Amino acid sequence: MKPAPFEYHAPDSLEAALALRAEHGDEAKALAGGQSLIPAMNFRIAQPALLVDLNGVDELRFIRMEGDELRIGAMTTQNTLERSELAAKHQPLLFETVPFVAHPQIRNRGTLGGSIAHADPAAELPVAAVALDARMKAQSVDGERWIPAKQFFQGFFTVDLQPNEYLTEIAFPAMPPRTGWSFMEVARRHGDYAMCGVAARVTLDGKGKCKAARLVYLNVGEGPVDAEGAAALLVGEKITPESSAAAAEKASAEISPFGSVHASPEYQTHLARVLTKRALRRAHERAQAAS
Amino acid sequence: MTTRYFGQRIKRNEDPRLLTGQALFVDDVNFPDLLHVAYVRSPYAHARIKRIDVSKALERPGVAAAYTAADLGDYWRVGPLLVSPPPVRDIVFNERTQPILAKDKVRHVGEGVVAIVAESRYIAEDAVADVVVDYEPLPVNVDVRKTLEPDATLLHEDLDQNLAAHVIQHKGDYEAAKAKADVVIAREFWYDRGTAAAMENRGVVAQWDARFQKLTIWDTTQAPVVIRNGMAAMLGLSESQVRVIAPFIGGGFGPKIMMFYPEEMLIPWLAMKLNRPVKWIEDRSENFYTTTQERGQWHESEIALSKEGKILGVRDVFWHDSGAYDPYGLTVPINTQCTLLGMYDVPNYATEFKAVFTNKPIVTPYRGAGRQHGVFVMERLLDAAAKELGLDKTEIRRRNFLTPDQFPHNHKIIYQDFTELTYDSGDYEPILAKAKEMIGYDEFYKTLKPQAEKEGKLLGLGLVCYVEGTGIGPYEGARVQIQANGRVSVATGVGTQGQGHFTSFAQVVADQVGIPPDEIDVITGDTDQFHWGVGTFASRGAVVAGNAIHAASKRVRQRILDLASEEFNVPPEELEIGNGRVCVIGDPQKTMLLGDLANKANPLRGAVKPGSEPGLEATDYFGPPMGATAAGAHAMILEIDPDTMMIEVKRYVVVHDCGKVINPLILDGQVHGGVAQGLGNAFYEELVFDEQGQLLNGSFMDYLLPTALDVPRIEVGHHETPSPLNEMGVKGAGEAGAIPAAPLFVQAVEDALRAGGIELEITQIPLSPKRLWELVETTKAE
Repeated sequence: MKPAPFEYHAPDSLEAALALRAEHGDEAKALAGGQSLIPAMNFRIAQPALLVDLNGVDELRFIRMEGDELRIGAMTTQNTLERSELAAKHQPLLFETVPFVAHPQIRNRGTLGGSIAHADPAAELPVAAVALDARMKAQSVDGERWIPAKQFFQGFFTVDLQPNEYLTEIAFPAMPPRTGWSFMEVARRHGDYAMCGVAARVTLDGKGKCKAARLVYLNVGEGPVDAEGAAALLVGEKITPESSAAAAEKASAEISPFGSVHASPEYQTHLARVLTKRALRRAHERAQAAS
Repeated sequence: MTTRYFGQRIKRNEDPRLLTGQALFVDDVNFPDLLHVAYVRSPYAHARIKRIDVSKALERPGVAAAYTAADLGDYWRVGPLLVSPPPVRDIVFNERTQPILAKDKVRHVGEGVVAIVAESRYIAEDAVADVVVDYEPLPVNVDVRKTLEPDATLLHEDLDQNLAAHVIQHKGDYEAAKAKADVVIAREFWYDRGTAAAMENRGVVAQWDARFQKLTIWDTTQAPVVIRNGMAAMLGLSESQVRVIAPFIGGGFGPKIMMFYPEEMLIPWLAMKLNRPVKWIEDRSENFYTTTQERGQWHESEIALSKEGKILGVRDVFWHDSGAYDPYGLTVPINTQCTLLGMYDVPNYATEFKAVFTNKPIVTPYRGAGRQHGVFVMERLLDAAAKELGLDKTEIRRRNFLTPDQFPHNHKIIYQDFTELTYDSGDYEPILAKAKEMIGYDEFYKTLKPQAEKEGKLLGLGLVCYVEGTGIGPYEGARVQIQANGRVSVATGVGTQGQGHFTSFAQVVADQVGIPPDEIDVITGDTDQFHWGVGTFASRGAVVAGNAIHAASKRVRQRILDLASEEFNVPPEELEIGNGRVCVIGDPQKTMLLGDLANKANPLRGAVKPGSEPGLEATDYFGPPMGATAAGAHAMILEIDPDTMMIEVKRYVVVHDCGKVINPLILDGQVHGGVAQGLGNAFYEELVFDEQGQLLNGSFMDYLLPTALDVPRIEVGHHETPSPLNEMGVKGAGEAGAIPAAPLFVQAVEDALRAGGIELEITQIPLSPKRLWELVETTKAE
């Protein structure tokens, strides 16, 4: 389990990293936390010609508020994120999601940007990003552009990044008032890729009815699956066991799980229904508490 | 007198070295001119090899050599048969063992086809991709029963079917018993494969020293003496020219016993051929295909009982998946046959199995070694019988226990050690009673379960029994020597893979020579330190090596007394030994350090007495007439999430009787580790092969080992029935934790679901949330 030969660069500035990217394009694979890439290289599933190690690019490690947006540098480790008071205070759904990512040892090296750019359909952080309407900053030697999360994820391990761009920053806008949230998943063991998971968001109006909702699922499609139909069913309704069950039923038709050695598509669909109901209940309780 | 160390909960001597990274493992062995091997392995489960082209690999800088089967010339061979078939009447056994490199055809994925030798493992793996092999794929046999169908493609074309063995054993007359029975219950069971997944993979380093004409092999083996003897024979060397060192090993569990794996046979030959040290370390991907596995049995079973729940007879017919070869003979299915009888008095038993060849990795013993399959069948049959007869599940077991006056109990069928299966001793009712008490059996059904039901919770309790055949022969030996510095050196031929031998063996010696265990150095796994032995398997280390060490220590004690008696001019009975000294009772002036006595026993001038030997040293051996049978009961309480079918084990109780206990701390550790593996087999681990014999979950991402977060706290209780077969009264305990977990788990699951109004019967292992959900849905639909 040794990787194929590759060239290795460790730039100490974003400028130098982007210059390498401009020069080598798709050949220049970014090394963030390496928690997916290095095993893939050891299995020789991935054989990049050149690794650009971003761990020395300190300017990509930050968590700060800009206006009411939480801005996080792409190289911020998941460990830093799960200990961030800013994240806890301003982005509780993201904060609640991070500990579900693998194990502490992996989160010590794994980064937010790495997880999002890798776009594993079973990963938690892309799902949280979509549920929170995050924006991704792509940078190249030619400049920068911001991409909404929903457009950023384009399918199986595929994101909207050009061959000369790196993902450098993720922005999480503030959640509206009277909003509750929940992240839940069912994994064989804690830290495993889950058989199904959901990030739920519920915003209530002044009368306690649902004003807006999001239900985004992991590992039941080619990327984060945003069940817009199920969420739309809830708008204007009270969040009750009945309306939640209807949403769960609708969501189960919007997902398309592949199945695996651990879960058949039928079982994954069943789990999606169970989790939808549980997550909506929890999100609703929190939205009521915030009203 | 001195403290008695036997039976003390002493911390392990070896742990400081292990925990601070000072312990030598095979991959730590390095030389400046070391060569590394990587293998081209078959991607097919069954194929003919049409052509191999290594020319491009040989052109790659840093590649020293590439070997195919043809390149090995006369050295090409298949591994030896390790255990010949037992003396059962009319037995059929077809010996087909694994080749050193595949020749003409491959029979499972991962079989070695070409060995690349290079200056580094990186280069060797790069060169693997340079090799071209043309295969002609053949139809694949994965199903344990279909492989015997007349149109199945033959793995071994000189046989007329894919049959490895056919064994029938009888005790009494099952059909006559069945005719008289009030109740007959028939079921079919499937127990699928798992892998031991030792923390350390396999590895071999070999160095040929041409000047000394000596070959040294560092090998992750559980049986270094056997490997030395075998390698000497294969390489045309005398045994004294080969030194096998099994240093610290990160877990054995059976698959590292004494396989003569292809790599074990090839690496030493390469080292001699190339006259350079050579290393091969198995990686985890290889381990999933090339290290032997276990399980894979289909049972068709029947139990006949009286209306009081007394067993009149059992009939069991099963198919055993051997994988592509059968180097370990019939140990696993014979263990299944014998262990099925468990703690019970079964007057009539008809048992038959067919071991079959499939295009899957080889099956050899792995912790439990087929015992758990037998226990699964028997315990499941008893559960079904209890339900049928309206009996409490513990009561039906109790009614069928062998009673203390029935020991030694001869079951009249042949066991893996070729003797008639005979339990040496046992007292089973107290074990069951203690397990019930510890888990709170009555309280659970009176209070806890009804309360949980009211809250809509699915809470279930399981309780099962088992026996563990341990400590089989033929023999082990040991040399005990007191050094001039006062420390003791103990050498034995067994290997060690984490069992705590450095401590428990030291405790055995300490009591005889009066030197504390932390001043006793145990050496295992180095054939230059002790020439004779068999190996660590079948829970035999403490029993067989332990008693050999005990015998040698007693002789050293006698020698101390004899020499000191001369020295002080008093009779031996006026001497006492302790605190590293020997002294005359009641005369504190007359004392001597044992190190000094050892020095005196090795004079540089004068002469030792005719007929005596120098030094404070003795060597002795121990061979039991048959194995010692340990027994136990496990109990658990679990809760099922009614929506997701995820399961949480709330409590786990083990009551085990392995006779006298040398070190309860080490025993607890053995039990804990076994339970973890047992829970893995029951609920987490499963090797999923597709119809083409490809493993679908060959990494730790998808092969789920229970982690520290998944294994519950384990409460251990002991019962002690000393074995009459050895002076220390010990029985083995290495496999006990792993054996009964599967039937226990499914019994508790059924109990929990019953609370939700779902009556179902689980006949397949391993279970998973997905499978349980499917079972529940099917039951609801019916």
